[in-house]
Amino acid sequence: MSDLAIRENSLGRLASVIRNIPSATLAVLPDTAKLLFRGRPAAVDVAGRAFGVAMPQEACRFSARGGRTAYWCGPDEWLLQAGGEASAALFASLDAALAGQSYSLVDVSHRSDAITLSGPEAAYILNHGCPLDLSLQTFPVGMCTRTIFGKATIMLSRPAPELFHIDVWRSFASYVWQLLEEACGEFA
Amino acid sequence: MLLIPCPHCGPRAELEFSYGGEAHIARPVDPASIDDDSWVTFLYERSNPRGVHAERWRHLHGCGRFFNVLRDTVSDTIAASYPAGQPRPALSPDGKGTKR
Ligand SMILES: [Zn+2]
Repeated sequence: MSDLAIRENSLGRLASVIRNIPSATLAVLPDTAKLLFRGRPAAVDVAGRAFGVAMPQEACRFSARGGRTAYWCGPDEWLLQAGGEASAALFASLDAALAGQSYSLVDVSHRSDAITLSGPEAAYILNHGCPLDLSLQTFPVGMCTRTIFGKATIMLSRPAPELFHIDVWRSFASYVWQLLEEACGEFA
Repeated sequence: MLLIPCPHCGPRAELEFSYGGEAHIARPVDPASIDDDSWVTFLYERSNPRGVHAERWRHLHGCGRFFNVLRDTVSDTIAASYPAGQPRPALSPDGKGTKR
């Protein structure tokens, strides 16, 4: 039955008409495998070893190795992302490694789509709908957090000084994209 | 807008949070064994102080956790925030922070 579920990025059509604005450029990230993991410290260690990236213990930080990234979401909650991998295989490998532990592992690959916003004005554009201080002192490279953009919850992370990743639930994705695009219009 | 210090994520704008009412109100362990007055007290009676109020907040658009805050209902000053399950901290004499 699962063969019938066709994954289609909710932003495909919107992204095909994007204007090129170098000071703040929007792009759609390719679909990735995403698992939400929750567990106690013993299970967290096991999950980190099995995933190949240790779960960050510091609040609001992510760590990456190869194509895999572990995002801190809460004190016992992490988002595990693996680019170019099949989520079912990743799920099965972690599930097997965690046998006997108390934990929760949920495949959320189809829940959200991801956007990049890059360029020298990226932080300024984000602040059109996000109340965070996005200076490099308070939101350094390597930071991630759930926050608000307009009326939508987003997972915001900063892999480079002028690059932000926005992970947003599918039903909010077009809203977030269009609000960002409207803000970018200032520099068009 | 309030700037609310989440014990996990640090200070964040109020719109990332949802309010959860007065803190430290324990649900009766066995509701069937208590009388109606006690149940009414648990359900409806709140301290409603003019001054420092211990209240629950949830960092809904953030780490998702419930935690407690000591907020002055007159000045909106937040003197402390602490994880759910911890006892209410004592305030310093000036009321602007907790005793160290
Ligand atoms: Zn938080």
